[in-house]
Amino acid sequence: MECVFGLVGNDFAIVAADSSAVHSILVHKSNEDKIMILDSHKLIAASGESGDRVQFTEYVQKNVALYQFRNGIPLTTAAAANFTRGELATALRKNPYFVNILLAGYDKETGPSLFYIDYIATLHKVDKGAFGYGSYFSLAMMDRHYKSGMTVEEAIDLVDKCIMEIRSRLVVAPPNFVIKIVDKDGAREYAWRESVKDAAVPSA
Amino acid sequence: MSRRYDSRTTIFSPEGRLYQVEYAMEAIGNAGSAIGILSKDGVVLVGEKKVTSKLLQTSTSTEKMYKIDDHVACAVAGIMSDANILINTARVQAQRYTYAYQEPMPVEQLVQSLCDTKQGYTQFGGLRPFGVSFLFAGWDKNYGFQLYMSDPSGNYSGWKAAAIGANNQAAQSMLKQDYKDDITREEAVQLALKVLSKTMDSTSLTSEKLELAEVFLTPSGNVKYQVCSPDSLSKLLVKFGVTQPATEAS
Repeated sequence: MECVFGLVGNDFAIVAADSSAVHSILVHKSNEDKIMILDSHKLIAASGESGDRVQFTEYVQKNVALYQFRNGIPLTTAAAANFTRGELATALRKNPYFVNILLAGYDKETGPSLFYIDYIATLHKVDKGAFGYGSYFSLAMMDRHYKSGMTVEEAIDLVDKCIMEIRSRLVVAPPNFVIKIVDKDGAREYAWRESVKDAAVPSA
Repeated sequence: MSRRYDSRTTIFSPEGRLYQVEYAMEAIGNAGSAIGILSKDGVVLVGEKKVTSKLLQTSTSTEKMYKIDDHVACAVAGIMSDANILINTARVQAQRYTYAYQEPMPVEQLVQSLCDTKQGYTQFGGLRPFGVSFLFAGWDKNYGFQLYMSDPSGNYSGWKAAAIGANNQAAQSMLKQDYKDDITREEAVQLALKVLSKTMDSTSLTSEKLELAEVFLTPSGNVKYQVCSPDSLSKLLVKFGVTQPATEAS
């Protein structure tokens, strides 16, 4: 089941997410990217109802882009997080989105940051956060091994520890994970951790 | 010929003009003037208060300067009742932005949103344009200190020094001559008072006829909007030699 987690390092933030699309007991695909590159220096990792997840993250992405076109300056990560929270809070009393979000970003003035936003529109600025069944294990691992000002190598090592713990302790562990990073050079994919590949389909 | 187009705000005359908008700008030319100057370490706004009657209770607060948000203030020239409406919308816009993003609204965005309102009245029929020009002084983290001027047509532009209201052309040309790029806030105050003293109709400049406000950063890095009290304004006027020490007036 779903595992989304992230942490803030020395001058970067990292988010990781499982890549399984499941329905009931069935796995539909195992290479679904649940971390969207929101703009040049922001990542939005989301878990929840998959239709809501895609719809809502795209909605936020397009609004952030619109802001940038209109005003010629990008939103800060904190402003984007507050905007996202506001949209969730407005929707909450009408037709709520079931999405939990980790928003990571890098700003020139404030450096890297990570925001925890859940489907009932809670907003927290955190150093490390997680959603889903995997959170029991990834939070525990990060509580034990996280320290402030980690290097990329240390942080990736911790992410791998979390993934290992999920794979070995969670009954319904997803096979594959994607890891993305954001720092002064921008937001980008860092690596995949795959234990199964989708079988290639032979041509007819 | 032109009269056919006079009363319609939304229709171009054959020469391609919008008369109502031009008349609105004309109305501002008679209003008390205001000067804004951008300096290295702040923005200075000076306004002329028109004393209409001896019997009129002079308001204790400012009547030409308005704080819009913690980091933006404006000076007004034109019809005050129109200005009050616009100032109210500006304040609402600023708070809406803070509500959405938990950050102060960038100055240019605030000016633009207000000018969008003004523009609407030059295009959609049955209404007259707002007879108001503004000088906006503000600070934001992206572009630092800024000074904007807006007119009834909904145009706005950024300036290093600008004047609106009566005699604005004379004031503008004096500012053009005396402005220096590395001017300090104190020098900016001096320049603004000097220019206003020469362009105002009244013979002697007193603190009752003037308003002075500044936007600057405190040593702790917070933006501050400060209105100069009448007492310290009187002292400034004497210090900069734009008026005689108040001996006869007491």
